[in-house]
Amino acid sequence: MTDAQKAMSDKTVLQIKGLCVALAGRGGKQLLRDVDIEVKAGEITCVVGESGSGKSLTAYSVMGLLDPESLRCTAGEILLEDENVLTVTPRRLRELRATRMSLIFQEPMTALNPVERIGAQIEEVLEIHCSDDARTRRRRVLEMLEAVHLPDPQRIFDSYPHQLSGGQRQRVVICMALILNPKLLIADEPTTALDVSTQKQILALIRELQQKFNTAVLFITHDFGVVVDVADKVVVMNQGEVVETGSRDEILRSPRNDYTRMLVSSVPSLVPQSREAVTGDVVLSIKGLSKIFVRRRILRPSTVVEAAVDCDLTLHRREILGIVGQSGSGKSTLARCVIGLETPSAGRIVLAGEELVNARGNAFRERFRRIQMVFQDPYRSLNPRVRVGESIIEGPTNFGVPRAFAMERAKSLMELVGLPVSALDRFPHQFSGGQRQRISIARALIMEPEVLVADEAVSALDVSVQARILKLLESIREKTDVGLLFITHDLRVAAEICDRVIVMNKGRIVEHGSAEAVLVHPRDAYTRALIDAAPGRHWDFRNFRPL
Amino acid sequence: MLLFYVLRRILAALPVMVLVAIIVFAALRLTPNDPATIMAGEDATEAQLEAIRVSMGLDQSILVQLGTWLQRLATGDLGVSLISGAPVLDLIGDRIGPTIALSTSSFLFTMMVAIPLGVLASRKPGHLVDRALMGLSTLGLSLPVFVIGYVLMYAFAISFRWLPVQGYEPLSSGFWAHAQRLIMPSLALSGAYIALVARMTRSSIIEVKGEDYIRTARAKGATETAILIRHALRNAAIPIVTVVGAGVASLITGVVVTESVFNLPGLGRLVVEAVLARDYPVIQALILLFSFIYILVNLIVDILYTVFDPRIRY
Repeated sequence: MTDAQKAMSDKTVLQIKGLCVALAGRGGKQLLRDVDIEVKAGEITCVVGESGSGKSLTAYSVMGLLDPESLRCTAGEILLEDENVLTVTPRRLRELRATRMSLIFQEPMTALNPVERIGAQIEEVLEIHCSDDARTRRRRVLEMLEAVHLPDPQRIFDSYPHQLSGGQRQRVVICMALILNPKLLIADEPTTALDVSTQKQILALIRELQQKFNTAVLFITHDFGVVVDVADKVVVMNQGEVVETGSRDEILRSPRNDYTRMLVSSVPSLVPQSREAVTGDVVLSIKGLSKIFVRRRILRPSTVVEAAVDCDLTLHRREILGIVGQSGSGKSTLARCVIGLETPSAGRIVLAGEELVNARGNAFRERFRRIQMVFQDPYRSLNPRVRVGESIIEGPTNFGVPRAFAMERAKSLMELVGLPVSALDRFPHQFSGGQRQRISIARALIMEPEVLVADEAVSALDVSVQARILKLLESIREKTDVGLLFITHDLRVAAEICDRVIVMNKGRIVEHGSAEAVLVHPRDAYTRALIDAAPGRHWDFRNFRPL
Repeated sequence: MLLFYVLRRILAALPVMVLVAIIVFAALRLTPNDPATIMAGEDATEAQLEAIRVSMGLDQSILVQLGTWLQRLATGDLGVSLISGAPVLDLIGDRIGPTIALSTSSFLFTMMVAIPLGVLASRKPGHLVDRALMGLSTLGLSLPVFVIGYVLMYAFAISFRWLPVQGYEPLSSGFWAHAQRLIMPSLALSGAYIALVARMTRSSIIEVKGEDYIRTARAKGATETAILIRHALRNAAIPIVTVVGAGVASLITGVVVTESVFNLPGLGRLVVEAVLARDYPVIQALILLFSFIYILVNLIVDILYTVFDPRIRY
């Protein structure tokens, strides 16, 4: 690095000073208090925090994208290279967007206009800010598509968003954001919606371009693994305030603030503790299970999707068996077959010695009691208009248990899942995500199931809440003898809670074994790639040190 | 692929048309009137009536009658009017001009007014302009065509004397003569239609404006007008096109009333005349024609979906 380059890279691009944001209207609630953040050229500053910490709000304030109807900045300034974006004219603000500061979003699936071709959408940036002729615009867009390593830029240029994968769409969004070489790039959870292997590539791309253009990056994330991999500096936010700022190593090795310590140490390690193998009765066994979706069409070839092929597994009582894999690996299909939401195309499912596939009458009905499921999204899996207590006892009353009796059981379950008995009289919206997931667990347990299927049951939760729910599941299997089929895309969570792990890829089981064997000494190439892509895999968060 | 789809849709429409034909036929046979009496008049003798029945095939069983009628339909023979004896096809040909003029002008007027109104209302949901426009649209939806028609007539024809009270002039007698007699009928006929389309435009745009790609467009530095035209409207188009299509049904029923109110010699009036005279062949033909138009409009709507949204492929 020459001195001139060094001087440039030391230059502060973004300075947020004492930023306060409140809900519009007199006495509106304060959402951000006194936020100070500084980002230098060529540097990635990560803003970390849990949901509601105000990290995204900060990002949108910088871009001037807060909805003026509902939010307003009450104090402070945001200096973008000495220009206060809070006081510039709307016209100037529009000029600054995409030329000096850009934004990439969390959801690549919805960030692009579905009815316009990719090329035209990127060209729009040039149409707004430059006076290039059509041919130059096309050339510049194609060059930039090349720079974000999209294969066959010509084809991508003429495609619609729905014809691209999530990772490709995120590359398009990055291309759009960086085509005018802005000084500041704001990335709002840019990889949260992507699979780990895609996430790894996108992070590498952001790193590469950021170094090439010497861009200052404000990187919003909830994931400490990502922080380890990309951050130069870290800003920790909680409830609208900055609680700690420091270099990556300072925050990860020796956090001073209690909240930061709690947050960092809640991140599960990728290396599982050794556990004793759970032996004893097999409660669920699956043999040669396949689920093949065939869509027959007239005058066109049928499409065949092999969602699950020849899957075998056994689950013991009191055992937690993890099924891991990326989206589309077939792990949810397997779970849906187990609980009876899908009928398998082939294979056997045996629950405590009883065949379930093609079961009729009582056995068919009983499976819906004996196998219960906890779903991913605690915000949508409870009926918002029904009191929690009623939701919980609906299952047993369907099976003929008297109401009063079921309600008594619900009360005792509240204690088990760590909620007050009064929760039964309230409605779902009065609870946080973690509490709702506890309610969902109670709803499943009241049926006294033998198998509990948890489909990404902690994926939508913040790490600190996640840690508590995992502890709860652990204690439940101790107390109830239930066998737990734990489906997750998150290897850290699997390492934290599972006794044994099954790895799925493209509908097939590629590896299975004890959590330690699979996650520490993987034999299959796909498992290795999966572990390798896990962000921050060389860091032991619980003990504040590298592995 | 699209051509293939259109062909398939037309084939699928045929059974619907046949079903409509059968229902129309059956409904008319259920009314307590004897076509022979209508033709022969009150004073006819029983022998005369019998002769007419035989000549019309009315002595046959109802299924045979239906079969004969469908068979003739298939060859394009819609029969002759019981009253005037003229071929039904000729009757329709004579009267279709005013109806086409009226519905086309109402349709265009609706599009020109309703979509801008919807856009205007969507700019600030819940604010004064929005509430005023949506209040007006509720009024438009609830006022029957004939009420709007007579109010307009009283105001513009009788009080101000700006426009002729009623009647029709073909385009061949001069554009203004043609147009000035269409203004009030079109306004009356468009009322409910405008309300419907404006409402859907408003709610559809409000919904689209919350989408992520609108935020992306803002982050690109696009102006609000550019966002509206380039990103919001096209994405909002599908529900709008759907109600525009569905609204054609209300246009068809509206035509019947409007033509009567403003004394336009179109198909709507022909329907009324035929019904009052129990002129079965004419009624059957007209209902079939209207349902055919409705099916056609739905097909056009489905094809427009693919134009507005590249994700939809048939």
